[in-house]
Amino acid sequence: MSDRSCWEVVPGLEATYFLQHCRATETPVGAKLVRGLLRIRNQLVRECLAELLSTFVLIIITLGTAAQKIAFFETKGNLITSYVGSAIAVMVGIYVAGGISGAHMNPAFSLAMCLTGQFPWWKFPIFVVVQTLASFISAGAVYILYYDAIWHYSNGTLTVSGPRETASIFATYPADNVSLANGFLDQVIGTGVLLVGVMGLMDTRNKPVPKGLEPVAVALLVLSIECSMGANCGCPLNPARDIGPRLFTYVAEEERRVRANAREYNEKFQYASNCIKTSKYNIVTFLPVNLFEQFQEVANTYFLFLLILQLIPQISSLSWFTTIVPLVLVLTITAVKDATDDYVSGSPCAPLPTGQEFRHKSDNQVNNRQSQVLIGGVLRQEQWMNVRVGDIIKLENNQFVAADLLLLSSSEPHGLCYIETAELDGETNMKVRQAIPVTAELGDTSQLARFDGEVICEPPNNKLDKFGGTLYWKENKYPLSNQNMLLRGCVLRNTEWCFGLVIFAGGLRQQLLLCCTEQGERHPLMPSRSPGPDTKLMQNSGRTKFKRTSIDRLMNTLVLWIFGFLVCMGVILAIGNAIWEHEVGVCFQIYLPWDEGVHSAFFSGFLSFWSYIIILNTVVPISLYVSVEVIRLGHSYFINWDKKMYCAKRRTPAEARTTTLNEELGQVEYIFSDKTGTLTQNIMVFSKCSVNGHSYGDVQDMLGHKAELGERPEPVDFSFNPLADPRFQFWDPSLLEAVKLGDLHVHEFFRLLSLCHTVMSEEKSEGRRAAGSIPLGHRTLSLTPMLSTGELLYKAQSPDEGALVTAARNFGFVFRSRTPKTITVHELGQAITYELLAILDFNNIRKRMSVIIRSPEGKIRLYCKGADTILLERLHPVNQDLTSITTDHLNEYAGEGLRTLVLAYRDLEESYYRDWSERLHRAGSAEAREDHLAQLYDEVEHDMMLLGATAIEDKLQQGVPETIAILTLANIKIWVLTGDKQETAVNIAYSCKMLTDDMTEVFIVTGHTVLEVREELRKAREKMMDASRSVCNGFYQEKLSSKLTSVLEAIAGEYALVINGHSLAHALEADMEVEFLETACACKAVICCRVTPLQKAQVVELVKKYKKAVTLAIGDGANDVSMIKTAHIGVGISGQEGIQAVLASDYSFSQFKFLQRLLLVHGRWSYLRMCKFLCYFFYKNFAFTMVHFWFGFFCGFSAQTVYDQYFITLYNIVYTSLPVLAMGVFDQDVPEQRSMEYPKLYEPGQLNLLFNKREFFICIAQGIYTSILMFFIPYGVFADATRDDGAQLADYQSFAVTVATSLVIVVSVQIGLDTGFWTAINHFFIWGSLAAYFTILFTMHSDGLFRMFPNQFRFVGNAQNTLAQPTVWLTIALTTVVCIVPVVAFRFLKLDLKPELSDTVRYTQLVRKKQKTQHRCMRHAGRVGSRRSGYAFSHQEGFGELIMSGKNMRLSSLALSSFAPRPSTSWIETLRKKKGCEGSSAGSPSGATDKTLRV
Amino acid sequence: MENKKASFLPREGEAQPSRCPDNSAFKQQRLPAWKPQLTIASVLSSFFLTGAFCLTVGVCLVLSANSVREIQIDYSDKCSDCSKLRENTSNWNKECHCSVNFTLKEDILGDVFMYYGLQNFYQNHRRYVISRSDAQLLGRNVNIQRSSCAPFSTYRNGTPMAPCGAIANSVFNDTIDLFYNRNSSMIQVPLLKTGNSWWTDKNVKFRNPESYNLSSAFAGTARPPYWQKPVYLLDEENERNNGFVNDDFIIWMRVSAFATFRNLYRRVQRVRHFAEGLPAGNYTFQISYSILSDSLGLLERCREMERNLNTLLSDFPVTRFKGRKHVILSTVVWSGGSNPFLGIAYLASGTAATLTGFVITGIHLKLRKKKTYFQKQ
Repeated sequence: MSDRSCWEVVPGLEATYFLQHCRATETPVGAKLVRGLLRIRNQLVRECLAELLSTFVLIIITLGTAAQKIAFFETKGNLITSYVGSAIAVMVGIYVAGGISGAHMNPAFSLAMCLTGQFPWWKFPIFVVVQTLASFISAGAVYILYYDAIWHYSNGTLTVSGPRETASIFATYPADNVSLANGFLDQVIGTGVLLVGVMGLMDTRNKPVPKGLEPVAVALLVLSIECSMGANCGCPLNPARDIGPRLFTYVAEEERRVRANAREYNEKFQYASNCIKTSKYNIVTFLPVNLFEQFQEVANTYFLFLLILQLIPQISSLSWFTTIVPLVLVLTITAVKDATDDYVSGSPCAPLPTGQEFRHKSDNQVNNRQSQVLIGGVLRQEQWMNVRVGDIIKLENNQFVAADLLLLSSSEPHGLCYIETAELDGETNMKVRQAIPVTAELGDTSQLARFDGEVICEPPNNKLDKFGGTLYWKENKYPLSNQNMLLRGCVLRNTEWCFGLVIFAGGLRQQLLLCCTEQGERHPLMPSRSPGPDTKLMQNSGRTKFKRTSIDRLMNTLVLWIFGFLVCMGVILAIGNAIWEHEVGVCFQIYLPWDEGVHSAFFSGFLSFWSYIIILNTVVPISLYVSVEVIRLGHSYFINWDKKMYCAKRRTPAEARTTTLNEELGQVEYIFSDKTGTLTQNIMVFSKCSVNGHSYGDVQDMLGHKAELGERPEPVDFSFNPLADPRFQFWDPSLLEAVKLGDLHVHEFFRLLSLCHTVMSEEKSEGRRAAGSIPLGHRTLSLTPMLSTGELLYKAQSPDEGALVTAARNFGFVFRSRTPKTITVHELGQAITYELLAILDFNNIRKRMSVIIRSPEGKIRLYCKGADTILLERLHPVNQDLTSITTDHLNEYAGEGLRTLVLAYRDLEESYYRDWSERLHRAGSAEAREDHLAQLYDEVEHDMMLLGATAIEDKLQQGVPETIAILTLANIKIWVLTGDKQETAVNIAYSCKMLTDDMTEVFIVTGHTVLEVREELRKAREKMMDASRSVCNGFYQEKLSSKLTSVLEAIAGEYALVINGHSLAHALEADMEVEFLETACACKAVICCRVTPLQKAQVVELVKKYKKAVTLAIGDGANDVSMIKTAHIGVGISGQEGIQAVLASDYSFSQFKFLQRLLLVHGRWSYLRMCKFLCYFFYKNFAFTMVHFWFGFFCGFSAQTVYDQYFITLYNIVYTSLPVLAMGVFDQDVPEQRSMEYPKLYEPGQLNLLFNKREFFICIAQGIYTSILMFFIPYGVFADATRDDGAQLADYQSFAVTVATSLVIVVSVQIGLDTGFWTAINHFFIWGSLAAYFTILFTMHSDGLFRMFPNQFRFVGNAQNTLAQPTVWLTIALTTVVCIVPVVAFRFLKLDLKPELSDTVRYTQLVRKKQKTQHRCMRHAGRVGSRRSGYAFSHQEGFGELIMSGKNMRLSSLALSSFAPRPSTSWIETLRKKKGCEGSSAGSPSGATDKTLRV
Repeated sequence: MENKKASFLPREGEAQPSRCPDNSAFKQQRLPAWKPQLTIASVLSSFFLTGAFCLTVGVCLVLSANSVREIQIDYSDKCSDCSKLRENTSNWNKECHCSVNFTLKEDILGDVFMYYGLQNFYQNHRRYVISRSDAQLLGRNVNIQRSSCAPFSTYRNGTPMAPCGAIANSVFNDTIDLFYNRNSSMIQVPLLKTGNSWWTDKNVKFRNPESYNLSSAFAGTARPPYWQKPVYLLDEENERNNGFVNDDFIIWMRVSAFATFRNLYRRVQRVRHFAEGLPAGNYTFQISYSILSDSLGLLERCREMERNLNTLLSDFPVTRFKGRKHVILSTVVWSGGSNPFLGIAYLASGTAATLTGFVITGIHLKLRKKKTYFQKQ
């Protein structure tokens, strides 16, 4: 019987027996027993695999039908489809494996088979495991398959019960009304019917099922059972179908059940404890875990593969250590790096606030913190790590929250409590959390000890602002939200105590975090961002997509090419070997027989292919990646160390948070900047106000004229007021006089400011303040110790409000404290408590906020402040005159770029108020609450009396205009993407010189529909083209016919584009995005206002997609995170708005102005150094390796190496690594000042000129050229030569030493040529490498080593014998000359004929050093003038002059820009033109606003 | 509770480690540095200096190389008699001599060195190069089966070969004698066979196993298959030239880098007639072939192949793989023997460097106007 026939379909379950029988007959008698055993075992494996497959198919289809039914709201499937689907699945399953394993697919079925004796018992457990495993896998597959749908369906919370449960996709659950006993019976009977049915079908005594159709019959049987018995329990019938997926749902925890005060109950779930462990390794696990991680690197695996190749004696052309030594070195460096990373908390580059502490140590510290846990009705002190899920713990004021808690009750009314989330998101303002009403009443421990509610909620995740769950208590359900949660890492503030139920303990999130850390792509030496103890914080920051630089990508491509090249060389040499062995080698066998096993020349060629792969592998140097990482690490340290990027005020140095992107900083073309907090300081300063038609706040000099900038008089003295904030400054004394004189309007004005707000106050009695309090003036000295007792602190939601309340405070209306119902104000030293009746809060539609106050006299008054557009409409008609004066003032303020608010009040009748509040109360509980409230608010806020207006200055960051100007000169385009209003954004753009008065035109796109936007964009483009046509006199005519883009790029004149969020939404649609992009890119400046965070990211994505340019996004707030993560490089400003942006960023610092240094100095140098490094690296490795290729033609293609094996081992890691690393780390082409002075120097990076495919081929060519000379010159000399003592010169070892020595000398000279900046370190490394070469050479060739290991050090005595020959030295000298001279010639000619700008700058510097011109002094003077602009408002008088001086400065430095490879003459023209019309533009301060309105 | 906070929030009144970076030259990237630049002066001077240097060296080398006298005689085809003798298989192990005559027109003065040269003999083949045991050659008693000598490590009966390996086995074993025909009498030219190898090789790298005499030192080993006599009989006259430290053997063991090479064979001893070197006149090389034993059957296999190819067979067989054998007489100078390549290469590169210098000067001068224009700006 042939084997094949054994495999033919054997019905049903006897297959295994049949097969074994068949095998037994087939096996010849006396076949080896071992072999037989092997067969049987194989058979079992085969069966198991078949069972696995069939069960997998069955379950995946069954679960798939359920998922389709449930996740799509029963629109794409219903009960019938799922029944039919699962029945057919049974059929498919049987067809898949029925012939091999019997396709039980069901443990119950297997059991029945065993019981009836048709299946051996010993196989039963195996089958059960396999079946369960299969269903587990298929559950996972279904989960992945329907991932999005399931998450969509469940709204992000996977639960077992409830309206949106998803667990029933995976496992079956009994219907709600089915009892346990009934369910059990249901299953037993169902399975029984199935078994009876199947047995009946199989029984030959019954009517036989047609052969091959048995599965169909079974399927029909299953369907019938499902239709009859499916309602109770969903008819699983199959333990595997249920257990596997249930296991899966357990592993992928879908929900969390926590019962209060029930440790035993909660322990069932084995939730993680609160103990945290941030370190990744311990001493024992370090080596295996780290090695495992490292060998996930492709490069490392490749070298491991090479190492294995080398162990095969027939092909090992090199000793094993030539690969293992470098590999071990690379692995060690990386491992040491990882270990330090793990041991020291915080990446080395990014000292997190934990400072110098060690991670292990800080873990312990956190774990041992004390907290009060309610155990058995008594509060006990417990360590944090002993806190369990389900415990109730008590927190006191200013304590850290120990775990993620459900707030149960607090000391404040209504279960309110206040928390500070600085640790989580960096926001320092207080947030309110509230317990749900039922638990809020549980005030004392005895009540709490009896609390036994159960919380069912989402599994742990990283969403800081979302939480979904339900509390089941006393037969009732209460929905829970994030409002009820206290997250670990928060600090309790202003709340005496509170109780919370532990929902998530620290450890679990930590594990998740580690998972995601490990999944993230790793890179040698990349400091993995250290997870701090605040797991949630780190989890939220997430692991950004691993960013790679364009050089990385290019490098990977090149490495692939080199692999291709390597294989080609291998093939050529292998063919050569086959031919040689066939022609010559076959006869040379008398002296050199072929190796055992080699019988043909062809096979020998095949072996020599692998041998050559081994010896030529050094073209892809093992140390490339690790060297690149070392260099980047060095650059990152330089960024961290840069004193000029250190902000003394905030005590924050710049920080390179990733070390992988440095060189891309030198290639940035587009910068996307946030406005608030980035360009501006997000510090609001109360600057001016208009009260009852009188404007206060102008800075006046002695004569009452408006003062020039920088000549401010003394600020107003607030010493009369002991509660005044010393940091507040105001320059107009008349306002204070008005207060002191008792001007009622002014009093009312400030009263409003002190009452109408949502600021929280805090009085510190210990004289200690938390850092990062709201700074109220630009000269915040937030770190000076303030030891006065009773210091008053405001915590405001928005800085505007803080500024206003502080202003009122200093003018004698001190907001002292608030309770939910009262506000206490010290009015000119007298404490008055107002009753707070209502707060009509601010929102984006209302654009105003009001409070209703009852004064101590009993008068009810509504105070309102809001946007002028809204508020002016709601004033009482009697205010008309006042309104017009105030409007004038408002326009004036707006023109200065100030933020304005209008203040008004209204007296309310007692009866009216009572009626209104009654209705308010009712509306609060009614449906459509929002609308009702809005209506009621609207009703009460009208007929108001105008009080005045305030103007707040949004302070620019220091040095913003200069930075933008310099970056623009560096041909970097800056787009501002802000959520702010159009007017504000435009104003700020003017004040930071992005928009200037002499721009040709500013286009404003504000269309609301697609058509409008398209039309506006088209018009803008046409205008630009018209202008360029007229300017250039048809010069561009022929170009017009070509692509639109090219025309737009050649636009003359300066344009700017302002687009708002609505229009942007349309502009970003697929059909218009290109149009938008072209228009926008033709403009000098682009401002997008009112954009959402998502749109920010979309704009960045758009530019990334079409422009193929490097983008950089800079921002400081949570709304910039998306953009920061999207852009190639994300920069976070560690500013006011928290640290989320910083956490998401790649670089962070605290001032926008540092950007110019980051890009123009660090970025430029990094790029330059990396490019030079790569060029040299590829060069040296080709020069080194290709010599073997040429030698192949002379040694019978036998894969004989040219060099000593030790030389091969050490060449890359000792002889040539350090000089090039030193160059890669320290090289500078021009000093840092010059790269700021000549921003044009930045251009080569943008154009990617220094390292691209062309440059790569040039280095490769140079390398190959060198290798040719390196081989053929010694060959020519040695071929027939003899030594001066008559002996042979051309022995192999002398030749090897000669070539190696000349190679080392040539590459050292070459690195000397490449190094442009010889620091002591470079000297040391270059000379040291040469010295090391000769030292090692003589050591290796010494007698001692040879006597110890004669077979390893065969070159004994070679160095001294060979290097004593004058011929050898003459050969080395000749090789060096011939290799280097052409390079020098080419370099010099390039320098002479086509100098780069950097060359010229260097040259002029050389000249300048000799001549000592007064150049520098002039420049210095220019700098002094421009420094003032930190205080400047937009385009006020006086600022223009500063711009002019700035321009002057840059024009002179531009003189050299014509050397640039891509001179933009039109651009220089514009600048010249600007210079010419300085005078005219300086005089019109309102010109800009006019222009913005013109379009 | 307080120390909890300390790790996160900087507290006032407490000395804090400054986060301000050090103001060191290293960290601020302001290390003093030499910034070399390619200026016209430095480039031109370096070119002309290089050119001058190369030309000088080149001239010296060419002159000295020309003063070397060299005579090279290919004898691989000339001794066809021996081949014929051996075609008769019964004679294949008979000794055979052949002579090659040549005439010196002028005296060769100074030290004269005699080399044998081989062409197309792949001493640099990877498998050949590694096929040796330096530990054995150092006189150590090592297990050569574990070395890379295979298949020339042991005989089938387990007797190790001394020396082992393909290099040792294939040692050049033609014997060449030089006769001076003076007045129809043949005077054998006295030749020195020691002192030809490197001092380190002779004294460090190769040592005989230590024993009271050489033959006992090599007891238990056998000669390599192609050898006629065991290693301790290589030079019976001179104890210091016998065994592993035999000069001919040492020189052969220093494998060549290329397939074509010459190895120093003998030096002319400057005595009597030959005190000044070799006088002009007629000379004869007498080459005696030794016998190859073919214990591995390799020879026979190749012989068969040769018969098919109709090529000549001689001993120390090289023609099979298109090899040639030479005998060479040469003198040396400071730069070694006759070596025209280096001198010519130096002359060529010197000329090229000088010319490039002129070209650069030309280009630079031509562009001077433009250049100054740039600089003024």
